[in-house]
Amino acid sequence: MTFLIDAVYFITTAVFILGLKQMSSPVTAHRGIVWAGIAMVIATLVTFGAQDISLDIASINLQLMLLAIIIGSGIAYFSAKRVAMTDMPQMIAMYNGMGGGAAAAIAAVELVKLSSATQSDVVTHDATMQVLAVLGAVIGSVSFSGSAIAFAKLQGIMKKTLRLPLHQLINIVLFIGVLVTGYLVATGQPVSFNLVIIFFILAIILGVMLTLPIGGADMPVVISLFNALTGLAVAFEGFVLNNAAMIVAGTVVGSAGTLLTQLMAKAMNRPISNVLFSSFGSGGGTAVEEDIEGSMKEIQAMDAAIMMAYAQKVIIVPGYGMAVAQAQHKLKELEDLLEARGVEVKYAIHPVAGRMPGHMNVLLAEAGVDYDRIFDLEEINPEFPTADVALVIGANDVVNPVARTNPDSPIYGMPILNADKAQNVIVIKRGKGAGFSGIENHLFYADNTRMLYGDGQKAVSELIAGVKTL
Amino acid sequence: MIEGLPALYIFMLAAFTGYEVISRVPVILHTPLMSGSNFVHGIVLVGAMIALGRAEGTLELTIGFFAVTLAAGNAVGGYFSTVRMLEMFKTSSKGEK
Repeated sequence: MTFLIDAVYFITTAVFILGLKQMSSPVTAHRGIVWAGIAMVIATLVTFGAQDISLDIASINLQLMLLAIIIGSGIAYFSAKRVAMTDMPQMIAMYNGMGGGAAAAIAAVELVKLSSATQSDVVTHDATMQVLAVLGAVIGSVSFSGSAIAFAKLQGIMKKTLRLPLHQLINIVLFIGVLVTGYLVATGQPVSFNLVIIFFILAIILGVMLTLPIGGADMPVVISLFNALTGLAVAFEGFVLNNAAMIVAGTVVGSAGTLLTQLMAKAMNRPISNVLFSSFGSGGGTAVEEDIEGSMKEIQAMDAAIMMAYAQKVIIVPGYGMAVAQAQHKLKELEDLLEARGVEVKYAIHPVAGRMPGHMNVLLAEAGVDYDRIFDLEEINPEFPTADVALVIGANDVVNPVARTNPDSPIYGMPILNADKAQNVIVIKRGKGAGFSGIENHLFYADNTRMLYGDGQKAVSELIAGVKTL
Repeated sequence: MIEGLPALYIFMLAAFTGYEVISRVPVILHTPLMSGSNFVHGIVLVGAMIALGRAEGTLELTIGFFAVTLAAGNAVGGYFSTVRMLEMFKTSSKGEK
């Protein structure tokens, strides 16, 4: 039986890696996840045959296990099926946090076991395993509580970025506390039970404190980082339980997640250390009170519709506002109408538009927009000068020209979509407020920019109605 | 038992594998891929099951119960959110002319 289990784990691990590989191409991605899913189910089933698991139905362990699997999967299944596409990022944060919590809980079981062991049992125990259990416990706990905060923020349960006085100092003290208690637990022979409790509480608080001051714009990077951390925690607990599938799968996710985090941070032009340790804009020194030339000029939907209908080329720049307004289906409708009139329509996606890289692509795909109309920053930027209209819908910071021009701005140096280079710019925006970062957008004041105020979906509906009458 | 140097080798090779596997991923797949890798570390479920399997006493059983619940949530939630996202890509590629 042990051999069978090991063989299944081996194959499962290979399928996971192949699955991830397939997931990195749009054509094979769906197959990749299905394969990985089947492998996961089989791995779970054979685990019931493991030595440590009693198959006696009267065993409380087995009863609890079945109940836990039913509850956990049930909640996750219904939440994953029901949630709106726009809320996907926080769901990823939540499921990821659950994984981190599970890794930490495994460590807790093992450590509690050690603390209740008598002196004679301890000799049989491997000191390295104890250290790895503690490492996995810290990482898993931080990922667990941090992801919970990330979820609360994106879900809107927690609106403000909270920054306590001396926040950095508290974090350092907490970190040292985790380090010291962790060291004591990792080297304890036998392990003190109370210390284990304090250690876990400190680690969980650390995760909360690290995530609290991080602003919403940085959240995708943080979620991706926690994803990588959970992978690492799983790998460490894999060493503790001597489970190769957990080691390899966890490590693969750990490194793939780290790479993904780097890619995201790079797209935002913010080193990961900045994301974690300085909240957005606060590090900008003096609040820049700049004079902005020009004023915001409003446009009516009908005029905007005429402008677009008689254009040769329209580039649509969607942002988070489009996601919130669920305007992607309407945009597709508008695209079809414009194309029927011979207008060339393209979509320009900033790497961090929305809440996560690829977020906009997912939403546009949902609405049925073809891939070959969607372009990356590098591909589309040279085309803006030849576009008659750039339609900016719900995007702000990613089209703010100060990132190119003003070295004092907190977003200076971030690659942006050069929507301001288009002949005309129409900005659909709910109100006159600043963007996520709180920075004024000079694009809105430019001579060639017209503002179309209103909810994204309603505004696009008006544009559609306008184009139809022509 | 996996320990000592072989353990380090496994760790290193797996780390390079993870890096290589996604190094050429297009931006449009970043979110689904993050979700997919989130699903993959749902393998923590088998570990949680083993931990609960050998738990003794109320405290260990309780923690083990949480471990399995959370891990099952990670695996199942990770799977269905990823599938939902990727299904959109599937339908839209069919719609291509």
